Amino acid sequence: MPKVRSEKSRIIKDKIFKIVIFLLATITIIPLFLILYYIVQKGLKVVSPEFLLSLPKPPGEEGGGILNALIGTGIIISLASIISIPPGIAAGIYMAERKESKLSALARLCVEVLQSIPSIVVGIVAYIWIVMPMQSFSALSGGIALGIIMFPVVVRTTEETMKFIPGTLKEAALALGVPYYKAILKVVLPASLSGILTGVLIGIARIAGETAPLLFTAFGSPHLELNLFKPMSALSLFIFNYATSPYVEWHELAWGASFILVSMVLVINIIARVIAKRWKTRF
Amino acid sequence: MKTRGVAQSNLIFNAVILIGAAGVIILLLAIFLTLLVHSIPSLKAFGISFFFGKEWDPVNMKFGALPFLIGTLITSLLALLISIPISMSISILLGEYLKEGMFSSLLRNLTELLAGIPSVIYGFWGLFVLVPIVREFEALIGIPPVGVGIFTASLILAIMIIPYSSSLGREVIELVPSDIKEAAYSLGATRYEVIRYVILPYARSGIFAGILLSLGRALGETMAVTMLIGNSNKIPESIFSPGNTMASVIANEFTEATEKLHLSSLVEIGLFLLIITTIIGLIGRYIIKRISLKETEHA
Amino acid sequence: MENEILRTENLKAYYGNQEILKGITISFPQNRVTAVMGPSGCGKTTFIRCLNRMHELSPNARVEGKVFLHGEDIYAIDPMLVRRKIGMVFQRPNPFPTMSIYDNVIAGYKLNGIKLPKNEMDRIVEESLKKAALWDEVKNHLHKLGTFLSGGQQQRLCIARALAMNPDVLLLDEPTSALDPIATSRIEELMIELKKTVTVILVTHNIAQAGRVSDYAAFLYLGELVEFGPTRTMFTTPKDRRTEEFLTGKFG
Repeated sequence: MPKVRSEKSRIIKDKIFKIVIFLLATITIIPLFLILYYIVQKGLKVVSPEFLLSLPKPPGEEGGGILNALIGTGIIISLASIISIPPGIAAGIYMAERKESKLSALARLCVEVLQSIPSIVVGIVAYIWIVMPMQSFSALSGGIALGIIMFPVVVRTTEETMKFIPGTLKEAALALGVPYYKAILKVVLPASLSGILTGVLIGIARIAGETAPLLFTAFGSPHLELNLFKPMSALSLFIFNYATSPYVEWHELAWGASFILVSMVLVINIIARVIAKRWKTRF
Repeated sequence: MKTRGVAQSNLIFNAVILIGAAGVIILLLAIFLTLLVHSIPSLKAFGISFFFGKEWDPVNMKFGALPFLIGTLITSLLALLISIPISMSISILLGEYLKEGMFSSLLRNLTELLAGIPSVIYGFWGLFVLVPIVREFEALIGIPPVGVGIFTASLILAIMIIPYSSSLGREVIELVPSDIKEAAYSLGATRYEVIRYVILPYARSGIFAGILLSLGRALGETMAVTMLIGNSNKIPESIFSPGNTMASVIANEFTEATEKLHLSSLVEIGLFLLIITTIIGLIGRYIIKRISLKETEHA
Repeated sequence: MENEILRTENLKAYYGNQEILKGITISFPQNRVTAVMGPSGCGKTTFIRCLNRMHELSPNARVEGKVFLHGEDIYAIDPMLVRRKIGMVFQRPNPFPTMSIYDNVIAGYKLNGIKLPKNEMDRIVEESLKKAALWDEVKNHLHKLGTFLSGGQQQRLCIARALAMNPDVLLLDEPTSALDPIATSRIEELMIELKKTVTVILVTHNIAQAGRVSDYAAFLYLGELVEFGPTRTMFTTPKDRRTEEFLTGKFG
């Protein structure tokens, strides 16, 4: 910039730039606030103990609730956690313990790729693996789809957390004559627990609202279904089906379900943050 | 005897974690191969012309994916076009002007909160808030007021990726070393000049990576788009026409696809989507990794 | 000559192709404090890590030569058993962060799956903490996390943890390098006290510390044992020129 500009125009430019930046940032707040406002305002009108504890009713009838969707979400998330957490932790331990190995490098790359797979594609895979051979939509296939999405999150947080545990801790255990596997499982892993738990919760918050991979796996059901091999409802599926239905009363229920789902995700995220902050292992 | 037990437990432990790590690789391979194998009928029937075929007609068993490729491209690019100025503003605001304070923490928390809202709820909100607005607008400029279509889908996509891309942008801007900023200020530069001539050039590759990663997100986004795009299998004529993206056509038709070839064509679209998002994601992450590596060397 | 407890014969250690220790032969007397000194990079830490078979845990690490504990070759015994007999304390205090003070002391038993009755565990914890001169400070909060203690207290907790296994030898790898002067002097007093029950091998680069606490001293330089003998003799009349230069501060 060898050209000397006049002082005044420089200052004006600086001011205008600042105003534009603030303006654009403020404009975004409007839709963001609107979304939250709708969810809270419309949702709170519907939410009541009865809403949480009763089953949906056919169109035209008053009332009805989301009990089946709530339980379905719980079951599918539990399935996904059972499938993804133990192998995810095992893989994370390997990658943190054998940092330099070629397998770890390759696995790290694969974790990144897994994390960027669109969730609808995961749904296709779970459909082919489970729904096609079993000839039925099922909660199991939904749990597997969400488990695949959660798995790389667990691997990654386990690896990242364990990497920051001082190596001397493992050495201290080994110096007491403790076998390697026990040094890892009883000393290093417990010290990483809060980090791993945070990661697991973030993973759960992420899958709790997933809809696309459930469309052709869990599929949805208007009944209270507890059989893992049958189609099952979930909050996200409930919202999709009710939001796109032509009935006004159903839209109300969908707002209520949205409020519950967002609150759930929010609470899980807050718990994760609190754990990350408060429970942090001191060294 | 006890020692032997310990050695055995060590062996088992090592085997278990090895299987875990190998499992990551196997899972990815299995996903890829599954999609590939189930795409074979469609690959055989249409070959490369699958991607140039303009017609998607399940009744007559003609499957060409061009309408969805175009639909995906337009929606994603339009969403980026709308969101980039805004998310850049937020990144600059949070990374440079207002690092602390009420407004900044409000903006930061709000964007984080919105990043956690499920896609299906964005779609729902879009149906009841965005669609009427777009309808009014369409009536105003004299085109059929449908409300749903590519433009509406792009709007919701833009809103959805703002939280993600602005937090990426902020991180990149915060990585700019303060000594070079101070050097510029000490030469008498204004804040605009520092941002324009020092910060943005320095953060350029990171910002580019952020845009790539946001694009990857937008390409794979399904629910909100499916609910707002109007679901038409024709090549869109304007940005207000209804259309379909790769993800939304899968969401729409997968459960109805009873014919093998139909299902296989949808799986092939899924495979293609996977490959594209993977490539974009890997490039984006590679750039970001190189930047943060450079930073640690610099420090 | 004193009673010998631990002896090395032509001990060599490698990282990959790099020879860190070039054949060290030394005999450690029982119930004495022996200081292993030398400038940084001389191999003193590697040396004591060979004595309890910790060296071999590092990738590409290799050991040649022999180490005898009570005349028995430790490289012929299971390493886990060796480490229970030869305890170790590290440069930085490293109590197990998820365990209470009590559990830290008893960790060697618990992690090794050795079951003891409650009163026996209580006795071991109390005795070990007393030996480590920490009992009075912590006896009322044994169930707090060990990481809430000060640095010096943490290091004494680590000493108690090692002593609880009732080792024959205690290896201390620059145990005061991360501590303030007051905490350091308490650990030094403790080392002198400890030699009644256990043989202490202390790695230090601090010449004054070696002079204050050790009975015997070994000087390592570039992976070789230059000189070994009673500390007083070595400090007053060093035989080797390099030892003299080190003791008078001519090596950094």
